[in-house]
Amino acid sequence: MIEIKDIYKSFSGNNVLQGISGKFEEGVTNLIIGGSGSGKTTLLKCMVGLHQPDSGSVLYDGRDFTPMTYEQRIEVRKEIGMLFQGSALFDSMTVEENIMFPLNMFTDQTRSEKIDRVNFCLERVNLAGKNKLFPAELSGGMKKRVGIARAISMNPKYLFCDEPNSGLDPKTSIVIDELIQEITEEYKTTTIVVTHDMNSVMGIGDYILFLHEGKKFWEGSNKEIAHTDIKELNDFVFASRFMKAAKDKF
Amino acid sequence: MNFTNFGRYILLLKSVFRRPEKLKIYLKEIAKQMDYVGVGSLGLIAIISTFIGAVMTLQIAFQLVSDFIPKTIIGSVNRDSSILELSPTISAIVLAGKIGSAISSEIGSMRVTEQIDALEIMGINAPGYLILPKIISGITMVPMLVIISMFLSITGGYIGGSVSGAVTPAEYIQGITTDFNPYTITVALVKAFVFGFIITSVPAYEGFYVRGGALEVSQASTRAVVISCISILACDYIVTQLLL
Repeated sequence: MIEIKDIYKSFSGNNVLQGISGKFEEGVTNLIIGGSGSGKTTLLKCMVGLHQPDSGSVLYDGRDFTPMTYEQRIEVRKEIGMLFQGSALFDSMTVEENIMFPLNMFTDQTRSEKIDRVNFCLERVNLAGKNKLFPAELSGGMKKRVGIARAISMNPKYLFCDEPNSGLDPKTSIVIDELIQEITEEYKTTTIVVTHDMNSVMGIGDYILFLHEGKKFWEGSNKEIAHTDIKELNDFVFASRFMKAAKDKF
Repeated sequence: MNFTNFGRYILLLKSVFRRPEKLKIYLKEIAKQMDYVGVGSLGLIAIISTFIGAVMTLQIAFQLVSDFIPKTIIGSVNRDSSILELSPTISAIVLAGKIGSAISSEIGSMRVTEQIDALEIMGINAPGYLILPKIISGITMVPMLVIISMFLSITGGYIGGSVSGAVTPAEYIQGITTDFNPYTITVALVKAFVFGFIITSVPAYEGFYVRGGALEVSQASTRAVVISCISILACDYIVTQLLL
């Protein structure tokens, strides 16, 4: 479980996060949603330590991450897997080398054991046999799946996904969403997904935290999100004509 | 580089020299970088050094108009100029353009495509993994390239002098073997070591802190080459002042 308490973060006097708190349980898909500029990516970066919050704390199963030293953070980070918005695969490495990279760095496994693990991860994301391809030879959806394979290669306890559907067609987006949900349930990871994709919200949002202008406006599940009377949330959820028409119909 | 940047540069270097996570991986990366910096630059350094040596001989011969000065001087002036100044400094400036811009662009691209963030999240010391192998390859391979450059520059002088008739081969060889002071080699290698450090660390710093996209990466690359060249010339003066 990951718990965030009263997170504040500002850049050059601009308050991006204003007292965000929340609890993200393991084995369920937790979503952080909000419009562009609402602070969701900043919150994610504060949680993984890419940004240092001005105040507040991030607890990984009770371990406060924010005051930790560099060496202590390394130990927590070994338990973290992350899928980046642009996949962030290493250009100079093949798919196999990308997935094997954390194994090379942090384990003493033999080469054949590492290859077995790579093949397992690739099969898990339906990319078996693509070991020798370079990132430049992959489609956007395949890159995301390799990103997931790399993120799960070390059996992470915590999985972070930053806009996993950006730049993907709706069908591929659903494949990625389902993959994230399956992995979360199968490995009991604490999964946090930052998104503004309403298909993801309705499809996999077991727990949703809605941010607006750096503040937490609402939290709940995808079953509850359509039945609130919070204007900012309704403006976000029913922004499209389709969603608005669907709401009016039902 | 203002004081804030200099402070950040020092802090980055502190992170670079943290204990490696796995030495084997770092050694592999160092070997790769040595091949790129050393072997990859050999052709360019060879061509430049040979021509500079040849041109130097012609110019020295052109300026020595007095019959009272023996032509063997051409060889000794060419030798000392090549060893002390031309080989280390010109090689370093050329390498700053070739290697410096490549290092800055590579690390800058990794920054804007979140690859550096990915390394950090995995628990890897990104400055150490990305920059340390480059610095080690710079401080080892640049001196080696400079030694080759010295030899080729002096050889180029021999070829240039012989072909043009500015100096006979015998006079040239007598010149380069007379009153040779081996200390000049030490000075040149100290310069090469310092330049190797600058050529790799300054562009790595510029690339590491890029913010934005492709435009900022290219701007950082240009800035890296300019700052490296100025730093090389400033350090050239300081090292010469200290050692000679």
